[in-house]
Amino acid sequence: MKYIYRHIKKYFPLVLLSIVFLALQALCNLMMPNLMSDIVNVGIQDYAMEIANTADSAAKELLKDQQMQYIVSMGGKMLLLALATVAVDLAIHLVNAISGTGMAKDLRRAVFAKIESFSSQEYSEFSTASLITRTTNDVQQVQMLFTMGLRMIFYSPIMGIGAVFMAIEKAPSMTWINVLTVVIAAVLMIAMFILLSSKFKILQTIVDKINMTARESLTGILVVRAFSKQEYEQEKFDSVNREYAKTNLFINRVMSVMMPTLTLLQNIVPVIIIIVGAQQIAQSTMQVGDMMAFIQYSATILASFMMISMMFIMLPRASVSIKRIAEVLKKENAIVETENPVPAEFDRCTVEFDNVSFKYPDGEEYALENISFKSNPGEVTAIIGSTGCGKSSLIQLIPRLYEATDGAVKINGINVKDFALKDLRDLIGYVPQKSQLFTGTIQSNLYVGSESATQQDVEKAAKIAQAYDFIMEKEQQFADPVSQGGTNLSGGQRQRMAIARALVKNAPIYIFDDSFSALDFKTDANLRKALSENLTEANIIIVGQRVASIMDADQIIVMDEGRIVGKGTHSQLIENCTEYQEIAYSQLSKEEM
Amino acid sequence: MANTNKKFVAPPHGKGGPGGGGPAVLRGGEKPKDMMGTLSKLLKYLGKYKYLMLVVMIISTLSSIFGIIGPKLMGKATDVLYAAVENAFVTGKIVIDYDALFKIIALMIGLYLVSYLFSLVHGFIMAKISNSITYTLRKDVNEKINRLPLNYFDRVSTGDVLSRITNDIDSISSSISESITRLLSALTLVIGSVAMMFSISWVMTLVSALMIPASIFVISTIVRFSQPLYKRQQKSLGHVNGHIEEMLSSHTVVKTFNLEDDSMQQFDIYNNELRENAWKSSLASHMMMPLTNFVSNIGYIVVCIVGAVLTNAGRMSVGDILSFIQYVKNFTQPIQQVANISTMLQSAVACSERVFEFLEEEEEEKDKEDAASTENITGTVEFKNVCFGYEPGQKVIDNFTLKVSSGEKIALVGPTGSGKTTVVKLLMRYYEIDSGEILIDGVNIKDFKRNDLREMFGMVLQDTWLFKGTIKENIAYSEEDATMDDIIHAAKMSQVHHFVKVLPKGYDFELNEETSNVSQGQKQLLTIARAFLQNPKILILDEATSSVDTRTEVQIQKAMENLMENRTSFVIAHRLSTIRDADKILVMDAGRIVETGRHEELLAKGGFYAKLYQSQFENQQDD
Repeated sequence: MKYIYRHIKKYFPLVLLSIVFLALQALCNLMMPNLMSDIVNVGIQDYAMEIANTADSAAKELLKDQQMQYIVSMGGKMLLLALATVAVDLAIHLVNAISGTGMAKDLRRAVFAKIESFSSQEYSEFSTASLITRTTNDVQQVQMLFTMGLRMIFYSPIMGIGAVFMAIEKAPSMTWINVLTVVIAAVLMIAMFILLSSKFKILQTIVDKINMTARESLTGILVVRAFSKQEYEQEKFDSVNREYAKTNLFINRVMSVMMPTLTLLQNIVPVIIIIVGAQQIAQSTMQVGDMMAFIQYSATILASFMMISMMFIMLPRASVSIKRIAEVLKKENAIVETENPVPAEFDRCTVEFDNVSFKYPDGEEYALENISFKSNPGEVTAIIGSTGCGKSSLIQLIPRLYEATDGAVKINGINVKDFALKDLRDLIGYVPQKSQLFTGTIQSNLYVGSESATQQDVEKAAKIAQAYDFIMEKEQQFADPVSQGGTNLSGGQRQRMAIARALVKNAPIYIFDDSFSALDFKTDANLRKALSENLTEANIIIVGQRVASIMDADQIIVMDEGRIVGKGTHSQLIENCTEYQEIAYSQLSKEEM
Repeated sequence: MANTNKKFVAPPHGKGGPGGGGPAVLRGGEKPKDMMGTLSKLLKYLGKYKYLMLVVMIISTLSSIFGIIGPKLMGKATDVLYAAVENAFVTGKIVIDYDALFKIIALMIGLYLVSYLFSLVHGFIMAKISNSITYTLRKDVNEKINRLPLNYFDRVSTGDVLSRITNDIDSISSSISESITRLLSALTLVIGSVAMMFSISWVMTLVSALMIPASIFVISTIVRFSQPLYKRQQKSLGHVNGHIEEMLSSHTVVKTFNLEDDSMQQFDIYNNELRENAWKSSLASHMMMPLTNFVSNIGYIVVCIVGAVLTNAGRMSVGDILSFIQYVKNFTQPIQQVANISTMLQSAVACSERVFEFLEEEEEEKDKEDAASTENITGTVEFKNVCFGYEPGQKVIDNFTLKVSSGEKIALVGPTGSGKTTVVKLLMRYYEIDSGEILIDGVNIKDFKRNDLREMFGMVLQDTWLFKGTIKENIAYSEEDATMDDIIHAAKMSQVHHFVKVLPKGYDFELNEETSNVSQGQKQLLTIARAFLQNPKILILDEATSSVDTRTEVQIQKAMENLMENRTSFVIAHRLSTIRDADKILVMDAGRIVETGRHEELLAKGGFYAKLYQSQFENQQDD
């Protein structure tokens, strides 16, 4: 809670103001029936009695005038009260709108800024999708709580308590009626809560099941049709669907008993008040106007009580959101910047892994163990191995997307932890496995590499990345729009864009994380040729799956289950590394070796 | 600042901007396109329950009428009390006419109880109806999935269909039935209240009737004023959410290119813009309640004053004021309710529109009545002048002819995305060809029943599809009545047996929801086992095993070779060994079949295949 409090506390005076206004508004609303009861008690009854007891007709007329004046003046008071109510009400909404949206703004910024500081480590803990909902929906929930919920939370209790006092003042002898109704209502609500809360949970799991079953038959649509299993799938769905209908029916039935019962309670209470009130009126201990006001106050008490219980439905939702936001804000960053960074301005870089081991934060076993190798500028180092062997984790340690658990990753002999993160990452041109382009244009995506690049730089990079031709074929060429994630480009085009983007950066180290997979063999070959011709000084590290793509590397590192099992050139490895042989044989036939 | 930032170009406004296609929650309030048309379709769904609905309508009308009588009786009871007090002015002693009072009270309690009973019946019936409608709609949508041609799913994403099945149907069921009956009882309440008000005092009724135009004026002014503000807010919310989504899902790029500051700058611009629009919109939409309350308070005051004056003039009783106040409430409440119901109805109709749109999609052509038998099929396949395009006017396959004898192996090669699976999909009649014919054993595939046709094929695809259930169930998916011996035999042939043996519970090992508790390679082997058990005449194999470790890959290759023995097979080939052994090679590029022939023939031809082949191993030949 305190993590959130820190970001929203500056709005608390506004919240307090809003509560004061709410109290004022409740007061105004509670005064209304009081004034009406005055009109009945004094304006009608008392004057009528006096008029009846006055014999003189002139005096009678005078009294009638006075009575009229009294009623009109009470009407004036009520009008003023109504005006005050609406003014206060509008003020409340103004204050709530300003404070609610302001809080949301600050909170959203805080969460987003915090997430921007996360490394891949925290991303994999939370999952990207969940981080997105936390910044968007959850913050929106908190805003709702303050713009609408605040009113519900504070207004109903104030109104309810106020109504209790007013009711006691009007007719203390009938207080027990209110106590009784509230107790009955409370018992009903608790009963409903007990009956339904477990069912709601069950319902949620059934909804998930419906989703899962439908998703299964959608993603497997080819298979379902190939095996003619449509009916089987339909039956499977039908049984979950039935289960849902059954559970939901139960919930609806309980609800449809509950609501009319509460209405009945609301209706019966005034009847009881009249029965009891009649006796008191007969004993002259109560006036008719007071009884009328009491009926209205009782209705208010019951209504406030029901509103309060509504809150118990709304609050848990908001509290879940608050908790999820707090989890993000209080998360301690796994990767911390050094306080005295070493300057990192190099034209040529060696990258060295010195006995590096790495474990994912929630992992039990090491994903990488005792990795040692060195790659040099002007050379190509390729890393190959089966899925899950740790090759992607390995290269992510270089730009410190993850932190080595033991050992050190060094650039030009200096531990990467000793650089400022920004400086370190400026040394690296990184091409991720998923291309990840941004909304904008082809141009704006390439400028991501370097803001100060010239048009020539960009074009040259596009040419090396084999992207120039397809860009020029676009309607607006470099100005052609790119949609979110680059979905309007083909997989191969996206990959070439990502490569060009990295090349614009003109960095001494290049990392390609399986970045040629969507390219056809021909483009792949052309690209590799252009890379080796143009990046003569750079230290290139390539992660790959295709032997053909990496076989001319200066150094090939073969990985298996987080360990290095072979190091050397293609011709060396094909002689003495069984794992490499297996990979190679499965992809190339013997003659091609 | 936005314009000086080269990296993040402001998104184009309107369609296609971020958030435009986001999840439904992030989108603004939806408006139906064809309100009446969709409503009448919905009513058709309700049609099955028309008698029940009629009962519900009668009941809810009756119970509203009872609700209307209530305040009048309450007023009468008050009058009895007041009369006693008034008498006391003269007699000096309050004597209440308990007989009259209790009669009224007994009547009131009776009415409330009957109305309670009606509400219960109403609730139960509505629960039943809305649940049945949900159930039927879901069932229909799910069954529709199986009748739609495959190209529908090329156009529409899985998430879209799923949200129709869950969210849309949910919001229909929760609101339609409710709003229809509530609209009716609100209407009864208004009409009844007005009638009762007239019966008490036409002067006061006319005075309070002035409130209706006043509240309608207030409501419509606010709506007119707040709608554009709301739209602006939703748009900036779209910008913020879009930016967040984009930056977070590309975080590796953001990190490695040091884009945090730029991203934060852009975020601040969007975030401030959102705040600016959000508070205005929130205020505008929340002004509705205070102002309509104000109008109804004015009504309350007018009733009190005019009532008091009329009472003193002897034209009304105190009890009448009390009942009148209740009626005024009864009739301003529904007006507010109608506004609520109409927004609810609108979003429900928008949802139904999406559901009906899906249900009305054109279906696959029906199977022929006198379909050909698939018994004793040998597995010869012939393409005769086949033309096909995914969209009208486009030609992906142009006048393609090929004859495949029983037991032959056909390799499909070509760069990624060149349409290798298109041929396969035509063969299994997932798509209808535009012209020409495809024959199996000389019979046009259109003359088979779709299910019979597809059962002739065994298919092993690159994205394996397994479901939550045991290994046994997953293998026996093709043949439900397979014996355990059959299953184990198929498992042995496909290299599955030895890894299943070591799993806890063996063949009863349960795959989890994401089927992530077996490896990718094992999944592929399981789908091969499935095909073995099916024992098909013709095989369709996708060789790609890029996401699999090498040892498994060797196993998969072996299993596939076992499977292909003595069967006509179409292989989406990634290995040269497969390609060379193939009886025929179909070379695909950019969605077209560009060449066909044997390996040596194609190499000699020096065309696309030759280039493809050479570029792949260019470096080798340089060495």
